[in-house]
Amino acid sequence: MSAELGAWGVPVAVLAGAIRVSTPFIFVSLGECITERSGRVNLGLEGTLVMGAMVGYGCSYLTGSPWLGVLAAGLIGVVLGALHGFLCSRPRVNDIAVGIGLMLFGIGLAFFLGKPLIQPSAAHLPAIPFGFWSHTPQIEDALRVNVLFLLGVVLAPLVSFGLKRTRWGLIVRTVGESAEAARAMGYDVNRVRTLATMAGGFLAGIGGSFLSLFYPGSWNEGLSSGQGLMAVALVIFARWNPVRCLYASLLFGGASALGPALQAVGVTKGYYLFNAAPYALTLLIMVLSSSATRTSADQPAELTVAR
Amino acid sequence: MGMTFETRQGLSSRRGFVSTLGVTVFALSLLNCGKKTETAAPPASAGSAEAAAPAPQKQFTAGFIYVGSKSDYGYNQAHAEGAKTLTSMGIKVREEENVPETLDVQKTMESMINLDGASVLFPTSFGYFDPHILKMAEKYPKVIFLHCGGMYTEGKHPKNVGSYFGYIDEAQYVAGIVAGMTTKTNKLGFVAAKPIPQVLRNINSYTLGAKSVNPKVTLSVIFTGDWSMPVKEAEASNSLIDQGADVLSSHVDSPKVVIETAERRGAFSTGYHASQAALAPKGYLTGAEWNWETVYKYYVDKIQKGEPFEHLLRGGFKEGFIKMSAYGPAVSDAAKAKAEEAKKKFMDGTLLIYSGPLKDNAGKEVIPAGTTMAQRDIKLEAMGYLVDGVKGSVH
Amino acid sequence: MSQVSPVPTSPAGASGQAPSARPANSRAARTSLLKKFEPLLISSAAILATLFLFGVFLIFDGLNPLDVYEVMFRGAFGTSFSFQNTLQRSAPLMLTALCTALPMQLGLLVIGGEGALVVGGVAAAVVGLGMRDSSPYTVLTAMFFAGATAGGLWIALVGALRAYRGVSETISSLLMSYIAIALMNHLVEGALRDPESLNKPATRHIGEVNMLGPIPGLDVHWGLVFGLIACLVSYVLMKRTVFGFAAAMTGGNMRAALLSGLPVRRLMVLTCFLAGAAAGTAGMIEVAAVHGRANASLVAGYGYTGILVAFVARQNPLGVIPVALLLGGIGASGGLLQRNFNLPDASVNVLQGILFMVILVSETLYGKLDLWSFARSATVRKSAEAGVTA
Repeated sequence: MSAELGAWGVPVAVLAGAIRVSTPFIFVSLGECITERSGRVNLGLEGTLVMGAMVGYGCSYLTGSPWLGVLAAGLIGVVLGALHGFLCSRPRVNDIAVGIGLMLFGIGLAFFLGKPLIQPSAAHLPAIPFGFWSHTPQIEDALRVNVLFLLGVVLAPLVSFGLKRTRWGLIVRTVGESAEAARAMGYDVNRVRTLATMAGGFLAGIGGSFLSLFYPGSWNEGLSSGQGLMAVALVIFARWNPVRCLYASLLFGGASALGPALQAVGVTKGYYLFNAAPYALTLLIMVLSSSATRTSADQPAELTVAR
Repeated sequence: MGMTFETRQGLSSRRGFVSTLGVTVFALSLLNCGKKTETAAPPASAGSAEAAAPAPQKQFTAGFIYVGSKSDYGYNQAHAEGAKTLTSMGIKVREEENVPETLDVQKTMESMINLDGASVLFPTSFGYFDPHILKMAEKYPKVIFLHCGGMYTEGKHPKNVGSYFGYIDEAQYVAGIVAGMTTKTNKLGFVAAKPIPQVLRNINSYTLGAKSVNPKVTLSVIFTGDWSMPVKEAEASNSLIDQGADVLSSHVDSPKVVIETAERRGAFSTGYHASQAALAPKGYLTGAEWNWETVYKYYVDKIQKGEPFEHLLRGGFKEGFIKMSAYGPAVSDAAKAKAEEAKKKFMDGTLLIYSGPLKDNAGKEVIPAGTTMAQRDIKLEAMGYLVDGVKGSVH
Repeated sequence: MSQVSPVPTSPAGASGQAPSARPANSRAARTSLLKKFEPLLISSAAILATLFLFGVFLIFDGLNPLDVYEVMFRGAFGTSFSFQNTLQRSAPLMLTALCTALPMQLGLLVIGGEGALVVGGVAAAVVGLGMRDSSPYTVLTAMFFAGATAGGLWIALVGALRAYRGVSETISSLLMSYIAIALMNHLVEGALRDPESLNKPATRHIGEVNMLGPIPGLDVHWGLVFGLIACLVSYVLMKRTVFGFAAAMTGGNMRAALLSGLPVRRLMVLTCFLAGAAAGTAGMIEVAAVHGRANASLVAGYGYTGILVAFVARQNPLGVIPVALLLGGIGASGGLLQRNFNLPDASVNVLQGILFMVILVSETLYGKLDLWSFARSATVRKSAEAGVTA
C-alpha cells in the first residue's frame, strides 16, 4: 500500500535525488579539492569517473563483491591520477590540457574495455534503510541511504580536518599557495602534487563506481553526462572548502532531481529547461560569487584555472 | 610564436587580398548551389525509369548500421539479433555501431558499398532516412537500402529503398492487459524518451490495454528528453514509483535501467524491444518485442530470387513481426488467459485498438463514436495526444 | 684565430652564438634550420610515438598493428572515396578548432565549441527559413551571418564573464554548452518545430535549392572551403596584424599588456566572439550543407574533437588544417576498424587520447633539440678555460 503524496512528492523526490545523485559529486569534488589545494587542476576526473565505473562494475561482476569493485575503482583512479601527475610534472605542460587529454583517453579506454559489460548484471552496493520508521514507501525509499553517501558525508569534514590540522595537509596547502616556499622548506613540489592528484583520483574512481554499482546501477556508455567536469566547477563554487563541497554536491543533486520529480506530479512544460537547471544554476552562482578585481582569499595561489 | 611587424601598407594589401579571396570563394560557393535545381533529377522519374527488380543474388554482403551499441538490451540489440539470422542463412554481414545520424552515416554507407562490397544495407535508426538514405539511394541505384521506420512513400522515394516497421503497439496493448491485471495500486508508470507519434502510440495502446481489463487504472508518463539517458531514466523510474506506480514500462533505447530500478524497488515491469527478463527475475511480467527475423528472412528470400520486394512492409502479430516475452512468475493465470485472448483477436484481425468514442486526457474527443481506425490508418502515424487515463502532457 | 665566447650562455642562446674555429655559418645555419623545422620534427615524432603506443595497445588485443595501420591508411587516404571522406570530416573540425585556438592566443582555454555550433545552427536555420523565398545567395549569406553572430555572441559572453567577472572561461564555456543543447532541444521540439517532422523533431527544411552543394568535381561540400578560409584568415589575423600582436602580448604577460595600455578586456571579448563565430559557422554549414534543418543531430561531437585538433596543432591556425585532416582521417577509418577487426568504435577515442597526451608531453621537448649544440659549446667553453685554442 502506498500513500498518495501529491505535491509533497516533490520535496521528497528532491531530497531522495539530492542523496542519490550527489554521491558521485561528493567524491569527485572532494578528490578535486585535494588536488586543487596542491595547486593543480585535474579535468581528467571525468575520464577517471567513467573508468572507475567500468572497472568497479567489471570487478563486481567477476568477483561477486561490490566492495571489491569499489576498491578496484579507487585503484584505477590512483593509476590515472599518477599518470596525470607524471605528465604535468614535465616542464611547460599545461595541466588543464593534460586533464582534457586524460578525459578523452579515460573515456575511450572505458568504453573500449567495457563493451562486454553492457549486458551482464553485477552485484550492487547495499543501502541502509534509515526510513524504517515511516510507513510511506516514498519516504522509506528516499531515506534508503546508500553506504557510499554516508562515507562521503563523513569524509568531507575529515578531509577538511586533514587539510587544516595535519602535517600532510599543511604540506599540500603550502605547495598550493607558494611553490617557492615549499621548495625552500625542502619539499619536492611535483611529488606532492602528484600524490595529491593520486588521492584525488582514488576518490573520483570510487565516485564512478557508485554510478555503476548503485545508481543508476548498470554500465553503459551514457552513464556520465559531464559529472566529473561539473565537480570541478563545484569545487570552485565551494571555494575549495571540503565541507562546502559536500553542500554544493547536495544542492546540485537536488537540482538534477527536480525535473523528473516535477513531471511526476504533472508539471510537464519545458522539461528540457529543467534538465539544464543544474548547469544554469552552477553558472549563475559562479558569476555571482566571482569578482574581476579580487581573487578570493580561499583560492590556492598556484592554481591556474581561476585567475 | 613568431611575430612580424608589417608596414601599414603591407598590412592593408595583405588583408585586402585575403578578404577579396574570401569573398570570391564565398560567392563561388553560392553560385554553385543555384545550379542544383538544374542538375537534380526528381527521384520518382529516375526510379521508374529503371527496373524495380534487382538481379538475383544468391550470395551477397549485407551491411548493418546501428545508432548505439549492439548489446544495449534494447532497440539495437533487437536488430542485431535479426542480423544473426542473415549470418545463419550464409549471408556475409558487416556491422558498425555507434554511427550518429549525421554525414557520418552517409560515409559509413558509402564505405560499406565501396570498400566492403555491400549490396544490401540495413541502416536501422529512424533518423537515418531523411536525408541520408535518400541521398545515398540516389547515388547508388543498384544498392538496396532497407530502413526501419515505415517512412516510404510510393512515388516520392526511389525504388531501391524499402521501409519496414512493426505495429508493436499491439504487443504493448497485450502487455498493458497483463499490467492492468497485476497492479495492486491501479497506477502504472511509463518512462519515455520523446513525445513523438511512435512513442505516444505505444503509451496509448498500453493504457488502453490496461483499461480494457481494469477501468480504474491510470498511467503516469515522464519524458526524459532523449533516447539514452541512464541517470534521467533512473530518476524518472524512482519518481514514478514514489508516486505510487507499481508496474513500470518504457520506450527508450535501452530499458535496462528502468527494469533494474523497478526490480530493486520491488515493482513489476514490462519490457520493450527485446526481452529483459534476465534483469528482473521476480518482477518482469512480459514485454513487447520485435521479431525482425521474420522481416529479414522475407527480404533475403526476395533478394536471392531477384524478385521485387514490398516497399512498405508493416505488420503486427498476424504477420509475425512482433512477439511477446515469456510470462514472468508473477503473472496470474487469469491475466495470461486475457492476454492470449487478445493476441488471438489480433491474429484474426478482430481487435482494433483505436475505435471511438475516445477522449484524450484533456477531455477533447479525438475519435468520434462509431469510428474505428484500422491498424494501418495513416492518421495514427501522426498521433499527437495522450488518451484519457494518462497523466502527463505532450508538451 | 678562433673566437671564443667569453661568457657561457643559456642553451637557447648558445645555438645562436656558438663559437667555433670552423666557419660559423654552417653551424649557425644548421641550428637555425633546425629551429625552423623543430615544430614539424617534434610533431612528427609525437605522431610516431602515438602510433607506437597505440600499437602496443593493439598487440595486447591480439592484433597486428601493421595490419591495422594499413587498413586505417586505406580508409583515410587510400582510395579517392576515402580521401574525400577524410576531407569532408575535417571541414567542421577546422572551424571548431578555431574556437579553442583563437582564445588560446590570449591564454584563455575555451572548450565551448559544441554549444556555439548548436546555437549557430539553430540561428542559421531560423534565418534561412525566414528568408527562404529570396535568392539562394541571399539566403546563404544571411544564414552565414546569423550563424556566425549567434555563435560569436555565445562565446563572447564567456569572454565577458572572464574579463569583467573573473569567471573561469573553461568551466563557463562548458556549462554554456550544456545550456545551449538543452535550449536547442526545447526550441526544436517546441516553438520551432516542423509539424511534419513527427518522429524526429526538427525545424522546417530551408528548401533544397538553398542548400550548400558539393564542390564541383568532388564529393565534398563547400563547408571545406569555409574551414580553409577561416583558418587562413585567422592565421593572418593572429600572426600578422596588430590585433594578433596585441593578443599575443596579452597572452604572454597580462600585466605588461595592461601597463602598455592595451584594452585587454575588449581584446578578450572580441577574440571570444571570433572564436564563437567560427564554431557558429560550422553549425550553419551543418544545416545548410547536410541536414537542411536544425535538429538534435547538430550535437555530433565536432566541438569536442575541435579542442583536440587545436591542441595537437599547438593552437596555430595554419597547423589546424593538417591536423584536422589527420583527425578526419582517423574518424574516417574508424568504421573500417569496427568492421574489419571487430574493434569497438571507442578505439578511435583511445587513439585520440594517446595522441593528445603525447603531444602535450612533447611540449617539453621544444627548445631542447639544440641540446647537443649546447653540449658542444660547453665542450668548447671547457677547452677554452683549459687554455686550449682551436
